[in-house]
Parts: sequence; structure tokens; C-alpha cells
Amino acid sequence: MIDMDTAVIESASARVQRAWQVLHTVLDPEVPVLSVCDLGIVRDVLAAGDGVEVVLTPTYSGCPATEVIEQAVIDAIDAAGLGPTRITVQRAPAWTTDWISDEGRRKLREYGIAPPACASQPSRAAGASAPIRLVARTKAPAIECPRCGSATTERLSAFGSTACKALYRCLACREPFEHFKPI
Amino acid sequence: MTTPSIQVELSPSVQYLLRLGDTALILGQRLGEWCGHAPVLEEDIALANIALDLIGQARTLLTRAGELEGQGHDEDQLAFLREERDYRNATIVELPHSGAAGESRDFAFTVLRNAMMATWFRLMWERLRESSDAELAAIAGKAVKEARYHQQHSADWVVRLGDGTDESARRMRAALDTLWRYAPELFESDAVDASAAANGLGPRWDSLREPWLAEMRELLADANLDVPADSAFRSTGKTGVHTEHMGYILADMQHLQRAYPGGVW
Repeated sequence: MIDMDTAVIESASARVQRAWQVLHTVLDPEVPVLSVCDLGIVRDVLAAGDGVEVVLTPTYSGCPATEVIEQAVIDAIDAAGLGPTRITVQRAPAWTTDWISDEGRRKLREYGIAPPACASQPSRAAGASAPIRLVARTKAPAIECPRCGSATTERLSAFGSTACKALYRCLACREPFEHFKPI
Repeated sequence: MTTPSIQVELSPSVQYLLRLGDTALILGQRLGEWCGHAPVLEEDIALANIALDLIGQARTLLTRAGELEGQGHDEDQLAFLREERDYRNATIVELPHSGAAGESRDFAFTVLRNAMMATWFRLMWERLRESSDAELAAIAGKAVKEARYHQQHSADWVVRLGDGTDESARRMRAALDTLWRYAPELFESDAVDASAAANGLGPRWDSLREPWLAEMRELLADANLDVPADSAFRSTGKTGVHTEHMGYILADMQHLQRAYPGGVW
């Protein structure tokens, strides 16, 4: 009996481990070089009955990719024979770009997207209300061009092709690029 | 029009959430009207992105309202199958983007309303992070970051246009004259928010008045715009009594669900 229990526990933990491996291959449909793990939205993977439970935290409230990602996660884990897969949405703590892995940041840069700077300023982390500077053309911190590395860049548009990005251009190499906004 | 309307049991907590959710929903719907029509491509994208965030926030709020109501109503039923009187958005968000000269869409009107509403939402979300309802607190923790970005962007435009050319300043003054009288509704308290404050669901709306006014005064000063005088006019959208514009928005929004009940993508 003891051996059987151990076997069950081992198979459950092996299942969770394999599910994590599978999740590293599930890509964000809007930035298809980042896996859901690189993006930092997989908060936990648990053994649940014969299958697994994946705990996800959404990026933006209105991100249209949220449901696509949930389905992709279910399909990938089921296809690996580890299902049935249950998705649990966990909203708190809210997702922050600080959860994007170093590997994810490297992949973003190689893909031509400038990765986000640190979002958790002390005043925000403490839960205090962040002061908003209501001044025309707020000077944004310099964003490095992901192609040539120059910090001489300018923002073209505060919003971009998806909720998570803004548009920039490099004044050195003249290339336009996207920037993953820190939130 | 074949799908019957749903009846919502409007407890104070459900009303409190519908007021927030409907205000986000209707503003998001209004901003969607700019898609393909904004003065420049960057602002077309910006307005669509802001609309998307607002509709995402509305979805979570309406879902939570349905859960608290306990009658099995989901976000889609609440968004598409209520009668006008059951929508509880503040009136300011249902006004069309019309300019003083009769243009169907006036960008000055849009950016000023966005600045007023993003400031209000940001203050509201900051308070709602402390809600006794864990789900609402979690929704607020996410939405406050989005509102902060919306506020920065729209405030930036208010300054550029208010302190811009004669034409842009004239349009901003006209927009301010129209919109300012609708702000008091955002800061009036009644039995609904008194109940929410008592059980910790969320703040009384009148507690946001002073911080909002302080930020708006600073913004309008930067934009070289005078704060309008107070008016005795009071709008009443959050109690379900709307302007003549509301029915047209709902006709647009509800048409598909009424014609094709339960239709999904």
C-alpha cells in the first residue's frame, strides 16, 4: 500500500513537471516568441484528479488573447496525454511585466520588441497612489532600440498593435520598433 | 427583436457594481465609434485600446454583479439583455461626441471626457483595491494600472489642445462647458453607495470629489482652461434615468443578441 501511494504521488508530481515542460511550448498568439511561462502568466500547475489544473493570471483586462491562450493551454496539455486540464483564473496579485522572465526579455529583444523596464516603483509597490504628472508631452525614460542598442529613440505612439505595446522609432538606425509597456 | 429582456434583482451591492460596470461599458462602446475615424492613426489605435480595456473591465464587473445577484445572469446577458432603465451608468459617458458646431465626432470632447473619466476611474480603482469583496479588489488591482495609462494619455491631449491653437482652445472650452455639468453625478452619494461603504464593498462616491477636483484643477490650469462655474443641473443615469442618447447606444449594442439569441463568435 505504501508503495502504491508513493507511486501515485510520484506520478502526480511527474505529471505536473511534464505539464510545465509542455507550457514552455505554448506561445502567446500576439507575441509568438514568448511562451506563456516567459510571459509570467502561469502562476501554478497542480495535479487535479487524473489531470492537471493550470492557474493563469490575465495580462490586460481587455486582452483579446486571454481566451485563445486558455484554449491553447488546454489543447497542448491534453495533446500530451496529461489532461483533463482545468484552467483557474487568478486575478490577484495583478500581473506585472516584472514577471516576464530574463529569457523572455532576451527573446523579445531578438524579436525586435524593446522589453519593459521595471514597473514596480517603490511608491506603487507600497500600494500608495502614484502621482501623475499632468504635463504636456511627459518625458518618457529612454528606451533602447532592440536592433542597434541606441538609446536615442522617440515614442511615436503611446498605444500599439496590441494592448501591451507602444510604438517607437530609433533615431540612430532609423528603424521603427515596438516597446512592451511596463505595467 | 425576439430575445426577451432579463429582469435584474437590484440589491444595493448589485447596483453598485452595475454603476461601475455600465459606466465602463458605455464609455467603451462610445470610444469604439472612433475606430477608423480618429484624426491620426496613432489616436485611432489609442482610442480603440482604451475602449478595449474599458470593455474588459466591464466584463469582469458585470460578471461579478451577476454572481452577487445569484440569478445565473452572465456578463453577456447583463450587457445585452437589459432594458434602458436597468442600465446604471453615469450620464456623462452616454453623451455623443458631438462638437459645438454640430460635428458628429469632436476629438476635443472625446479627450476631455476621457481625462475626466480616467481620473475618476483611477481614484475609484485605488479605493476599490481595499474592497471587502476579494474579487472586486482583484479586478481593481489590475484596472488601476490601465486607468493610470489612460489618464496620462488623455491629460496630455487636454494640455496640447487647451494650450494649443485658437481653434483647438475654442473646441476645448466648448467641450468643457458641455461636460462639466455632468461631473457632479460622479460625486453624489445615495443609499446605494452608503450601503457599499457600510459593508466595505467600495467607497461613497462623494469621497472622490475633492481628490478629483484637485487633479482636474491642476490639469485645466496646465491646459490654460478656466474651471467652469458650478451648475444646479444634475444628471441621473446611475439611477436608471437616461438621456435621449441612451436608447440609440443600446439599439446598436443589443441588436445582434436580440436578433440572434445567444449568438457567439
